[in-house]
Amino acid sequence: MADTVADGAPQRRLSWPLQFDKLGVVIAVLTGFALVAPFATMRANRIVAGEAMGVVASLPVWAAAMLLASVLATTIIAILRTPTALRFPAGIATLAVLAILIGVAGEHLTPDDNNYARVSPAYGFWLLLFAFALLTTDAMARLKLGPLARIGMLGLTALAVGLLLVSGQWDSLSIMKEYSSRAETFSSELIRHLLLAFGSLAAAVLVGLPLGIAAHRIARVRAPVLNVLNIIQTIPSIALFGILIAPLAWIAANVPGAAAIGIRGIGAAPAFVALFLYSLLPVVANTVVGLAGVPRQANDAARGMGMTDRQRLAKVEFPLAFPVILTGIRIVLVQNIGMATIAALIGGGGLGVFVFQGIGQTAMDLVLLGALPTVAMAFAAAVVLDAIIEMTERRGRTS
Amino acid sequence: MKAGTIIRVIAFALLVAFLVQPYWFEPFFALFANDGAPAIYNQGDLLTLTLLHLQIVFAATVAAMIVAVGLAILVTRPSGSEFLPLSRSLVNIGQTFPPVAVLALAVPAVGFGAKPTLIALFLYGLLPIFENALTGLTTLPKPVVEASRGMGMTSLQRLRKVELPLAAPVILAGIRLSVTIGLATATIGSTVAAKTLGEVIIAGLNSNNLAFVVQGGLVVAVLAVLIYDLLSALERMIARRMGRGEPA
Repeated sequence: MADTVADGAPQRRLSWPLQFDKLGVVIAVLTGFALVAPFATMRANRIVAGEAMGVVASLPVWAAAMLLASVLATTIIAILRTPTALRFPAGIATLAVLAILIGVAGEHLTPDDNNYARVSPAYGFWLLLFAFALLTTDAMARLKLGPLARIGMLGLTALAVGLLLVSGQWDSLSIMKEYSSRAETFSSELIRHLLLAFGSLAAAVLVGLPLGIAAHRIARVRAPVLNVLNIIQTIPSIALFGILIAPLAWIAANVPGAAAIGIRGIGAAPAFVALFLYSLLPVVANTVVGLAGVPRQANDAARGMGMTDRQRLAKVEFPLAFPVILTGIRIVLVQNIGMATIAALIGGGGLGVFVFQGIGQTAMDLVLLGALPTVAMAFAAAVVLDAIIEMTERRGRTS
Repeated sequence: MKAGTIIRVIAFALLVAFLVQPYWFEPFFALFANDGAPAIYNQGDLLTLTLLHLQIVFAATVAAMIVAVGLAILVTRPSGSEFLPLSRSLVNIGQTFPPVAVLALAVPAVGFGAKPTLIALFLYGLLPIFENALTGLTTLPKPVVEASRGMGMTSLQRLRKVELPLAAPVILAGIRLSVTIGLATATIGSTVAAKTLGEVIIAGLNSNNLAFVVQGGLVVAVLAVLIYDLLSALERMIARRMGRGEPA
């Protein structure tokens, strides 16, 4: 009868003329809640409590009508069992409408010549965004897009968001006002953030790969190395950042030239070292697992062909273990982009600066200014690396 | 193995001694303190903070476990299979959210204190448990499931007596991961004023007192290692019992 456990889906019966899609029902419920919830919040200045506004009050008539029409149409498409080829563009289109109209709401609600008033998206907006992101994500999962198509989609999304940012469509929103008053700091902290995340990854790969190869080849080294790295992972990140201040301050004071290249007790150096230490375990462990998974026959054949140890590593073991090692790198990169926010606590800079400033001033739009780019970068890194991993796996299988 | 057990017992004894009588350890932590600065955290009781820390992690993990296992059961039933691809993607996307961002974004919704920390820990706890429960429930040995069907078990009986027990070790591994992540993430909760051991570390960072940073970090790290080992042992025990219970 049923051949697998999970795959016991019943045949579609046509006893009822209209079949409802279960996810569609969830989306309809979410949309229902969202449409009666406030769409935008308007505040007299950046930290006072605001006045929540519904869809109709937040938007000019044409925009409110456009929003309601597209939300309704897409919800109907979601609720009926429609083909994925229709659900996907409908979801994307509604997300785009939401993205454009929240800017319109900002302009509509901000009184003329008022630089203090702040307009932010309220939870009705976020709920709508979530509902249609669910629809789009589900459609994308069903379309089973290939790796290149996924990267392409990501690129298009980035382009669209970039265009919205450049066009000034969102300029009347509070988060963009927070940005415009710190545009210069923002770009330098963004660069600092990326340097921390990618730099520590690069260092971890440079050190972790040879360490992993050594741990694979010399059994005696394996357990101690992995145990030490495991224990480092259990130290909470803010403590590790803090603990490293002392040794780095000592190095800066006592090693000639160390201070000159930017090593200091407080600042980016301990953050960099902490991220590097956290990154080592996934890189080393995945290198060991990847190399251990190389089939014995492949190694035997390489030996039989008279390859030296180094040739075997470069031409046989490493290419075969590469997808697994890349998986380790993906874990590290996503984790580092997120964790680099904590660097701000010890003066290491990065986008965490805005997050913690925002928490301190209870200015949530400032928190968003730090948090949203971080989430977006981590997400983009995950998509790109997942696609690359899939491509290397495919190449490994076909060749 | 024996030596490992002894080290763990000693670590646990030292941890309890430190939490109950922190001043016994003053000479050690004084090594990290600047002249004149207090060597032992003096703005609150360490034992209370540790218990609050554990309490937050425990509450969040239990909630995450109930929801995650429930969801995993739901999407592996025929009636919920429509949600399977979506739930997989959501788990992947969810893992890219940095903890600090989740904490900070939860603040406007629920205010400062323990609540945003609970939400962040709950969300972070969900993902590993859900992923493992899904793996456990979708990779059951086919003959066993077929046999239970053949025995005329209802789907509820199958779930309770066959599927969940067989998936238990994998689910427990997910819970272990989620607890470990939670213990570390709860320290970050103190940036939004949750009462956890992070308070000790942040007090140290703010007053430039390394002794506080080290003791807060050490307590969390020792707790994490001990709890990790405890759960691993529990997992092995259950796996062994499952192995013995299997007819083959």
